[in-house]
Amino acid sequence: MAEAQDTLAVAFELNGVPVEASVEPQTPLIDLLRERFGLTGTKRSCDVQVCGACTVLLDGAPVSSCTVPAFEVRGRAVLTVEGFAADESASPLIEAFVNNAAFQCGFCTPGMLLAAKSLLDADPAPSEDVIKDYMRGNVCRCTGYKKIVEAVHEASEAGR
Amino acid sequence: MRPFRLHEPTTVQEAASALAGSGGGAALYAGGTELLLAMKSGLLAYDTLINVKSIPGLDAVSADGDSIVIGASATHSAVEHDPLVRERLPLLSEVEHGVANLRVRNVGTLAGNLCFAEPHSDPATLLLVYEAELDVAGPSGSRRIAVGDLQTGSYETSLGPDELLTAVRVPAFPSGMRAAYSKFGYHHRPTLGIAAALAVQDGVVADARLALGCVSPVARRLSRSEDVLRGERIDALTEDSAVLREACRLASEDADAVEDMHGGVDYKEHLVRVFMERTVLRALARNGGGDG
Repeated sequence: MAEAQDTLAVAFELNGVPVEASVEPQTPLIDLLRERFGLTGTKRSCDVQVCGACTVLLDGAPVSSCTVPAFEVRGRAVLTVEGFAADESASPLIEAFVNNAAFQCGFCTPGMLLAAKSLLDADPAPSEDVIKDYMRGNVCRCTGYKKIVEAVHEASEAGR
Repeated sequence: MRPFRLHEPTTVQEAASALAGSGGGAALYAGGTELLLAMKSGLLAYDTLINVKSIPGLDAVSADGDSIVIGASATHSAVEHDPLVRERLPLLSEVEHGVANLRVRNVGTLAGNLCFAEPHSDPATLLLVYEAELDVAGPSGSRRIAVGDLQTGSYETSLGPDELLTAVRVPAFPSGMRAAYSKFGYHHRPTLGIAAALAVQDGVVADARLALGCVSPVARRLSRSEDVLRGERIDALTEDSAVLREACRLASEDADAVEDMHGGVDYKEHLVRVFMERTVLRALARNGGGDG
């Protein structure tokens, strides 16, 4: 029978690179990313999984790193905005956000980019309704969303 | 968050034994989308979390006769996209898609949603009209209960301190049943949820299942409203028809709505009347298309 643990070894793939760390069960993923690995592109904002600023992709799926425990990444792949931006495939989406002025303060942008990447990976040519539905969990307090939706559309196959 | 230890059992029996031996100091963790928020804010504190996701196979979705059996660690997203669910329980897939946001659905589980017993839950309301059952395991064996017998109050269930929910069993609607679900609210969680499933034979409502959730601590079936609709011709059930209005009035009476951050009692009763009518009409408009 397994014993309850108060520290856990986590080995996972971070932005394409195998890494290891020791975490306590209560450590949220965002603390591991920001404090241990210095990846401060992931933003803490609401801290209750509502706003999406802390979005990272876990095995390609968006999750809220503010609440997902760090131990959940054992044996899995985490992509942060740093890893995404370093990849050539990110260019069309990033350029579309710039072209459309799809950010002002930029605090939501890492989460927006990763949510949009996850959408376009699953559906390369989403309709406006699908974009709005998929992105509705990512909150922006500046732009009013229109420009974000336009940017995601421009980066999609339908918009090129 | 106060430090806790993580117990990772590999069998249901081990999880139940760990719960039983903890004297209330342990809680089950199946995704943590609700539990961890309450722990972060200091509302709840546990010495140990028992990770049910470490039990192999508990995330499976499978068919058992007419029912789809959804394992306790299946996420909302997994349920939403499961081919069996989409084919046989399309309304469940639709409602799961509407739960919270994508990130919560990718982590949170259907069983965890039910067991946390937050009053503002879409699945807890919908599963009442599916007449779902729950498999519950304890150290001395397992039992099966109706989904309506799980929740006993706000954040309270009938589960024993050493019991865990292992699977949600959802029977497909009988053929010819038309169903719809409505939710409404301005907060992250729904203010109101209404599910309607109506069996239509020869133009008459042969059976009616209506459920209301979120406006009171526990979701409920609305048997008086169901009785009013049963036996009615569907072409007489139109907007503002006296029969439908009566069913909606009874629904608001039977709601036992309570005041909370989502609104007052009068407001919620008004919502119940408006959305009950819309939901019944929307279900009937799904002409012979199963529950989709």
